[in-house]
Amino acid sequence: MNIADYKGVWVFAEQRDGELQKVALELLGKGKDLAGKLGVELTAVLLGSDMDNAAKELVAYGADKVIYADSPLLRHYTTDAYAKVICELINDRKPEVFLIGATYIGRDLGPRIAARLRTGLTADCTGLDVDMESKNLLMTRPAFGGNLMATIECADHRPQMSTVRPGVFEKLGKDDSRTADIDKFKADVSSSDVKIKIDQVIKVAKNVMDIGEADVIVSGGRGLGSQEGFKVLKELADLLGGTIAGSRATVDNGWIDKAYQVGQTGKTVRPKMYIACGISGAIQHLAGMQDSDFIVAINKDESAAIMKVADLALVGDYRKIVPEMVSQIKAMK
Amino acid sequence: MDFTLTREQQFVKQMVDEFTENEVKPIAAEIDETERFPQETVDKMAKYGMLGIPFPVKYGGAGGDTLSYILAVEEVSKACATTGVILSGHTSLCASLLEQFGTEEQKQKYLVPLAKGEKLGAFGLTEPNAGTDASGQQSQAILDGDHYVLNGQKIFITNGGVADTFIVFAMTDRSKGTHGISAFILEKGTPGFSIGKRENKMGIRASSTTELIFEDCIIPKENLVGKEGRGFPIAMKTLDGGRIGIAAQALGIAEGALDEAIEYMKERKQFGRPLFKFQGLGWTVADLDTEIEAARFLVYKAAVNKDRGVNYTVDAARAKLIAANVAMEVTTKVVQIFGGYGYTKDYPVERMMRDAKITEIYEGTSEVQKMVISGKLFR
Amino acid sequence: MNIVVCLKQVPDTNEVKIDPKKGTLIREGVPSIINPDDKNALEEALVIKEKEGGKVTVISMGPPQAEVALREALAMGADDAILITDRAFAGADTCATGYALSGALKKLDYDIIFAGRQAIDGDTAQVGPEIAEFLHIPQVTYVEEVEVKDKNTLKVKKALEDGYETVTVKTPVLLTAIKELNKPRYMHMKNIFKIFKQDIKVWHADDIDVDKSLLGLSGSPTRVRRTATKEARGKGEIVNKPYKEAVTYALSKLKEKHLI
Repeated sequence: MNIADYKGVWVFAEQRDGELQKVALELLGKGKDLAGKLGVELTAVLLGSDMDNAAKELVAYGADKVIYADSPLLRHYTTDAYAKVICELINDRKPEVFLIGATYIGRDLGPRIAARLRTGLTADCTGLDVDMESKNLLMTRPAFGGNLMATIECADHRPQMSTVRPGVFEKLGKDDSRTADIDKFKADVSSSDVKIKIDQVIKVAKNVMDIGEADVIVSGGRGLGSQEGFKVLKELADLLGGTIAGSRATVDNGWIDKAYQVGQTGKTVRPKMYIACGISGAIQHLAGMQDSDFIVAINKDESAAIMKVADLALVGDYRKIVPEMVSQIKAMK
Repeated sequence: MDFTLTREQQFVKQMVDEFTENEVKPIAAEIDETERFPQETVDKMAKYGMLGIPFPVKYGGAGGDTLSYILAVEEVSKACATTGVILSGHTSLCASLLEQFGTEEQKQKYLVPLAKGEKLGAFGLTEPNAGTDASGQQSQAILDGDHYVLNGQKIFITNGGVADTFIVFAMTDRSKGTHGISAFILEKGTPGFSIGKRENKMGIRASSTTELIFEDCIIPKENLVGKEGRGFPIAMKTLDGGRIGIAAQALGIAEGALDEAIEYMKERKQFGRPLFKFQGLGWTVADLDTEIEAARFLVYKAAVNKDRGVNYTVDAARAKLIAANVAMEVTTKVVQIFGGYGYTKDYPVERMMRDAKITEIYEGTSEVQKMVISGKLFR
Repeated sequence: MNIVVCLKQVPDTNEVKIDPKKGTLIREGVPSIINPDDKNALEEALVIKEKEGGKVTVISMGPPQAEVALREALAMGADDAILITDRAFAGADTCATGYALSGALKKLDYDIIFAGRQAIDGDTAQVGPEIAEFLHIPQVTYVEEVEVKDKNTLKVKKALEDGYETVTVKTPVLLTAIKELNKPRYMHMKNIFKIFKQDIKVWHADDIDVDKSLLGLSGSPTRVRRTATKEARGKGEIVNKPYKEAVTYALSKLKEKHLI
């Protein structure tokens, strides 16, 4: 392998049901930055059927070029078809970097391709940068359950592959006036290439989450004032993909079901983020949540016990702060 | 002298620790509050072979050693003393008696289902007028052809309301006094055998502790264990093993309580610092920790000596005496460390203190253990 | 059904703490456990064996102490265990690890290879699919349910972000298990007293079907350039601003930490 032969930053443009996934656009955003530093082209790789509009959208979001492999067999993702088409493209056109969204599809596809090409793949990167001396990609990611941040390099193999979670990078603004080369071709894939038969695809609404499993918990205490307070918290919880929970006082008052109780006589939780609203921080409650990775407390009383335990303590009325958080987060999207 | 556990014992400890965390601990407070016998836990323990740990594989057991079984009782008792005594009463008092004294037919018929956990066992010795003075048996079993007719009553029987297989003791020859007591296997549902009142207790409240009532109850002759008149030594020998089980339960209670205290002392702050920074409290915990370790090795020694085949009666007595003592002391001091919070049911320590008391009383009071020990010393 | 379960012994990362003074990971006293997703894979393998008959073999690549994890798998009910261990494997990234394991798997008969989706120390979810590629067999990842239709055919429910798909696949196939698949059993007492009398096969680099230059650190396309512990939980920050500013500030902090 001659490393110098490999040029260009490629982004896998994941589509599901004919719709481009947001992570693909975010990777174009970051890809542009990397391509700029490397002085190379940014290419989006799209597999599917009837995806001409999506191809144009990829240009609008920053791709300098789109490779669009078209085939009815690519309409719906299968490991075998996608790996075959992409590996053939990579062997043919030799990109130096290939970015994939760390989605269910991406984490199924990425390692299959990396193994076939015998190249390095770094998963769930939270940071991507270019070492300006070596022109190698520097990939930063969490390990050890998030306790460690590692910076990884793939110096002697190409392409350098990374998967990146949705929401880590930002997409560029859409510019419909942009034009770029869309290389559409009939993909060389037949049904005998695909070793799995998809019988059914079912969409399921998210179940009520067990608070013990949630990554994000928005919790309310006596300071909510009434059961209505939980409506405000639920909006934030839903937005963050988490669940609501309550202190003992709220359960005793009948504002929320015991299944949502956090504390000594309730459940012990260790989410990535615990947002405590109107909770004073009695020791029985702390026992149930103090090992959360990151604690945000919202309370009118600056001296409440919870404010000393929180990583970020906001002094104020949750009735103002939480809706404001909801509207500012929505604006970010 | 190698104090490390064998690999098997380490795995037993690990398994029971995980089992306790997931299956026993979450319901411990509720079953104590409602006095509900945890049948689902017993079913799960049966499924994993926990009800037959020290019995040979050919009798449906796991083929393990006594110390492994004792480690299991200790681990579950850290979270729930009730679960500990259910396991201990079944294994040490009922099943173990059959293993030691039963005929091959009795073992096949009764020990195998007990060891497999298909049936639960109980041991019926205590009567209203025969507690510490166990020889004062009033229940009577009269031989009549091919069966005995049993009349009388037992009280305070662990697993009484739920067991399938009972070992009961009764007088077969009053003229012979202690040498006139015999042991019998009695199955639940035998006509004339009924369960009486269930005790409302200070601690181990979810344990089914009941009266047994015998009214012209017919016991087949084959259900006599050992010879007629040998019941008392059979009971005493069995209680030696049972004492190690209760000692393990007491040890577990003490450890569970101290673990709670240590966690609490890291979190609870007064006068601007966590409790563990107060020297008086740190020293208290150091003392309790040391006493637990001392009790631990007397318990383990009794278990090891039982398997070695040497006389372990005094070892068992020492183990129970010290472990029960330590359980009371540790739980009482731990509630004190928790202060007001420890007195409420928000925290498990008040339950642990209530649970600890019985370990000084049943399967031979601490006073009985002292009699056993001084009896040997002054022989 | 011949099932081989790939298993990794990992430190219990929930128990790992960071030394606030040195900024390093405190690994002492952190128990080693079977990787949770791998336990789900093993559990499913045992369930399939109970229904369909067959054999469950567990295999692990690791240092000699990984043997304890294999023993635990045997105590849960696995029939056979293989440890592949060699200094030549040291420093392997996921590619070299998958390659080494595939070299061992080539020597075994299997209908299903079952792996956990990802390990809680590496957190990559890469080794399973890489093994499937090196063995040239199909893969189904994020497995929520498995049904054996006949000796050669499986019907598998595969999780998606917003639902699931059911797929039909012919054996041999590699499956990766997620925790929703099942609730793993505990060790059985009877097994605990049997399994230490059993031999665990130990294979070294010479015993497996590999090109040695593709093993270990030298066979790894990726290298770790540097590591840093995440900051130990320091003192918290109190924000006393008017609510709109407070929220803007707070959200920027949360974004920094990739919490939103």
